[in-house]
Amino acid sequence: MRLTEIAGLLECEVLLGEEHLDTIEVRSCFAADLMSDVLRFSDSGALLITGLTSLQSIHTADVADLAAILFVSNKTPGQATIDLARTRNIPLLTTPRDMFDACGVLHRAGLALAVEV
Amino acid sequence: MPAEVTEPLLVERFRIQGGDYEHGGDAAAQIKAIMRRLGIDPDIMRRLSIANFEAEMNLVMYADEGVMEFQVHADAVRVRVADRGPGIPDIELAMQEGWSTATSEMRARGFGAGLGLPNMKRNSDEFEISSTVGAGTTVRYAVHLT
Repeated sequence: MRLTEIAGLLECEVLLGEEHLDTIEVRSCFAADLMSDVLRFSDSGALLITGLTSLQSIHTADVADLAAILFVSNKTPGQATIDLARTRNIPLLTTPRDMFDACGVLHRAGLALAVEV
Repeated sequence: MPAEVTEPLLVERFRIQGGDYEHGGDAAAQIKAIMRRLGIDPDIMRRLSIANFEAEMNLVMYADEGVMEFQVHADAVRVRVADRGPGIPDIELAMQEGWSTATSEMRARGFGAGLGLPNMKRNSDEFEISSTVGAGTTVRYAVHLT
């Protein structure tokens, strides 16, 4: 599923990377506020769904080769976090839905869990 | 560790300051950029980058200061992270998934699940750790290129 479809399904505001949404294809997601879990369990190419808006969410997505970050519950990172994501080419979206709801919508739409085996 | 480690083709060192969350992740990012320029395989780059970021955040969270040294060899990419800090009293315990001494601040920043050291080992082909209580900790790991 392209990021642009995900943005539509979850009524997202695109914070960064609007121009890439139509070309990035996401097949799986990993949802966590704990970056330790993402680093340990997530497969590459996943959409990270999180409520953590710190700089470390961007570093985590970068080192783990994740496709993009979706912030839940209308959370919006500070400018430093957005600037860091820009240097790493990581699209950022925010949705008014909470994490459970956002995951439910994406699961029903056919996205799978991104767990490394 | 292999019996003989070759001379490095490239060495880069990065200073890391304890408590500096603002820059925690910069060294891992710079090493990743070097690996990308060298055309290193994406899976190898990802494994070493995850180990580097875990090591860097451990240093930021627990130590006073330290150095991350990145070496490129013909057969492997190697990293040595040495810090000045409190050290680890029981390494065997610290290597167990889920064991952690993290503070609530560290957890609020998304870390401290007791997964860092085991995850560094998991992403490495070679891993060793030594520590002296009251002095510091040194971690060495490598990902093989072939």
